[in-house]
Amino acid sequence: MSNVLKLDDVVMRFGGVVAVNNLSLEVNKGSIVALIGPNGAGKTTAFNVITGVYMPTSGKVSFEGKDITKEQPHKIAKLGIARTFQNIRLFKKLTVMDNVLIAKHLHLKSGLFGTALHMPWAVKEEKKMREEAEALLEKVGLTAVKNEMASSLPYGQQRHLEIARALATSPQLLLLDEPAAGMNPQETMELTHFIKEIKDEFNITILMIEHHMDLVMEISDDIYVLDFGQLIAHGTPEQIQRNEKVIQAYLGVEEDA
Amino acid sequence: MNKRTKLLLNIAALVVVILFIIIANELFDSYIKRILNLCAIYTILGLSMNLVNGFTGLFSLGQAGFMAIGAYTVAIFTVPIEARSLIFYLKPMNAFLSGIHIPFVPALLLGGVIAALFAWLIGAPVLRLRGDYLAIATLGFSEIIRIVFTNAQTITNGALGIKNIPTISNLWWTWSIALLTIFFMILLIHSSYGRAFKAIREDEIAAEAMGIGLFKHKVISFMIGAFMAAIGGGLFAALLGTVDPKQFYFTLTYNFLLIIVLGGMGSISGTIISAFIVTGGLEWLRFLDEPMSIGGINIALFRPGLRMVVFSILLMIVVLFYRNGLMGQREITWEAIGEFFKKLRTRKTRNAKGGAKVE
Repeated sequence: MSNVLKLDDVVMRFGGVVAVNNLSLEVNKGSIVALIGPNGAGKTTAFNVITGVYMPTSGKVSFEGKDITKEQPHKIAKLGIARTFQNIRLFKKLTVMDNVLIAKHLHLKSGLFGTALHMPWAVKEEKKMREEAEALLEKVGLTAVKNEMASSLPYGQQRHLEIARALATSPQLLLLDEPAAGMNPQETMELTHFIKEIKDEFNITILMIEHHMDLVMEISDDIYVLDFGQLIAHGTPEQIQRNEKVIQAYLGVEEDA
Repeated sequence: MNKRTKLLLNIAALVVVILFIIIANELFDSYIKRILNLCAIYTILGLSMNLVNGFTGLFSLGQAGFMAIGAYTVAIFTVPIEARSLIFYLKPMNAFLSGIHIPFVPALLLGGVIAALFAWLIGAPVLRLRGDYLAIATLGFSEIIRIVFTNAQTITNGALGIKNIPTISNLWWTWSIALLTIFFMILLIHSSYGRAFKAIREDEIAAEAMGIGLFKHKVISFMIGAFMAAIGGGLFAALLGTVDPKQFYFTLTYNFLLIIVLGGMGSISGTIISAFIVTGGLEWLRFLDEPMSIGGINIALFRPGLRMVVFSILLMIVVLFYRNGLMGQREITWEAIGEFFKKLRTRKTRNAKGGAKVE
C-alpha cells in the first residue's frame, strides 16, 4: 500500500521544550490512523507541523511523495490536507452555508475582478459552488440549518460542520483533532459511524487524534502512541491494547492515588 | 421575495435617488449642496475603511494618506496649465509635470491606482505580520505622505497648497460615484472574495487552514480600500477647489473611524447611514466652536475645539453602550424592510383587537 503522509524524524522544539521528538510515521492511503497519548504528549503539535502552522526544528514531512516541510498552511490545504481543530474554530458569525462556501474558495478559478463584478462565468462558478455546498450539507445532515449562524448550532452540530467545512476543500487527507471531545457515549457512537461513512463516501484517508478509546479501537487500522513527544508504540488496535508501555503511560493501570 | 420584485424595488430606489439629486440640484443653496456632496464623499471613504477594518478585520489608520494621494493627483493634473505659474509663485512647478493636463475622470482613476500601489508597498512588509502592526505602519504612512507633500514644493506647492482646481458644483459626480462604490462593495462582499475577507476577520488560523492565503487576501482588500479612499480624496479636492497638506492631518482618519464604528463594523448600510449622520452632525454642531453668550454673559465653554470634544464623547458613548454600532454586521435589505412592515401591521391589528376586548 502506498503512503499518503510520511513523517521522517520530525523534531519540534520550543526553546528548551521538545514537544515532538524524532517522530516518524506513515499513513497509508484509504486507512484510518489514530494518534493517541496523554495530554501534552505533542499530538496537536504534530498536527500543526503537518499542516504547516509550525515549521519543524528538523525532520521531513512528505505528502504524496512531495516534501511539504516548508510549505505555508494555505498551500498545504490546497495540496489536499484539511483539518479540524481541537477547540472548534468555525467562522462563528457567518452562516453554515458561508462556512462551507469559504472552504471552497481555494479552488476558485475566476479571477478577482470577474468574481467581484459578478461576471457571467463567475456567477456560473458561484452557482456550481453553491450546489456542491448544498450537496455536502445534505450528506452531513445540516441542510435544515444552512442559513443559521454557525455559533447558534448545538455543540454536536458544530463538530459536524467543522468536518463538513474541511471536506469542502476536497482533501485527500483529513486530520481530525479530537472530533469526539465533549461528546457523550451516544454522540460518540454516531460520530464513529459518521467518520466511517465520510471515509468511504469521499474516498479519503483519515488521521485523527482522539481520547475516546472505544472510538479509536473500533475504526482505526493503525495506531501510533505518543508520550512526552516520543513515539512509544505503533501497531493495530489489538497490538496496542496489549502493549505494556502503552498501558502504563496511557491506557491505564488502576489509579489509586 | 423573488428576484424580479427585488430588481424592481432596486430600480425604484435608484429612481428616487436620481429624482432627489435633480430636485436638490435645483432647490438647495450651495451650502446644503456642499454638505450633501461631502456626505457622498464620506460614504465612499467610510466604505473604503469598512472594507479593510470591518470586513477583513485589519486595523488600518491610513485613510487620510490615501485620500491625500487621490486629492493631490487630481489637483496636480487637472489645474489649468495657464493658471499654474500663478499658483506655484514661490517655486515654479516641476518642468515635466507643468505641461501635463489630464481630464478629471482619468486623473481620479490615476490617483486611485497610485494609492493602490502605495498600499501594496506598505502592505507587503506589514501584512505578513499578525496583529495590529498595520495600525502603526499606516498611521505613520499617512503622516509621511503629509510631510512629503508639505516639502515637495515643485510638485505640490508645499504648504501653500494648490488652488484653482476646476470644481464640481452639482451633486452628480459625487453621488453617482458614491452609488457606484456602494454597488461595487455589495457585489464584492457577496462574492467568494468577500467571504474570504470575512473568514479572515472571523478566524485567521481557520481561514488559513481552509486554504485562504492570508497575505494575498489582506493585500487585495487593503489595495481596493486605498483605491476607493483615493477616489474619495480626488472628489474632495474637486469639491473644495483647493488642496493643502493641513487638510490631511491624521485626525481626518478619525472621522472615518467614527463613521464605521457608529454605523457598524462590517455593515454597508450602516456606513452609509452614519456617513450622513457624522457629516451632517459635524456641520450642524459648528455653533459649538463659536463664542456664545447667554444674557450678555459669555460662556467660556464655547470655543474652537468643543465640536470635536462633543464628537469624541459621542464615540465613547457608542463604544461603551452600543458596541456594535447602529447596524452591527446587519444590512438593510428589502426582505428586512418587508419583515418590519409585516410585524408593524400584525402588531397594529393585534392592538386593535386587544382594544376591542377591553371595551
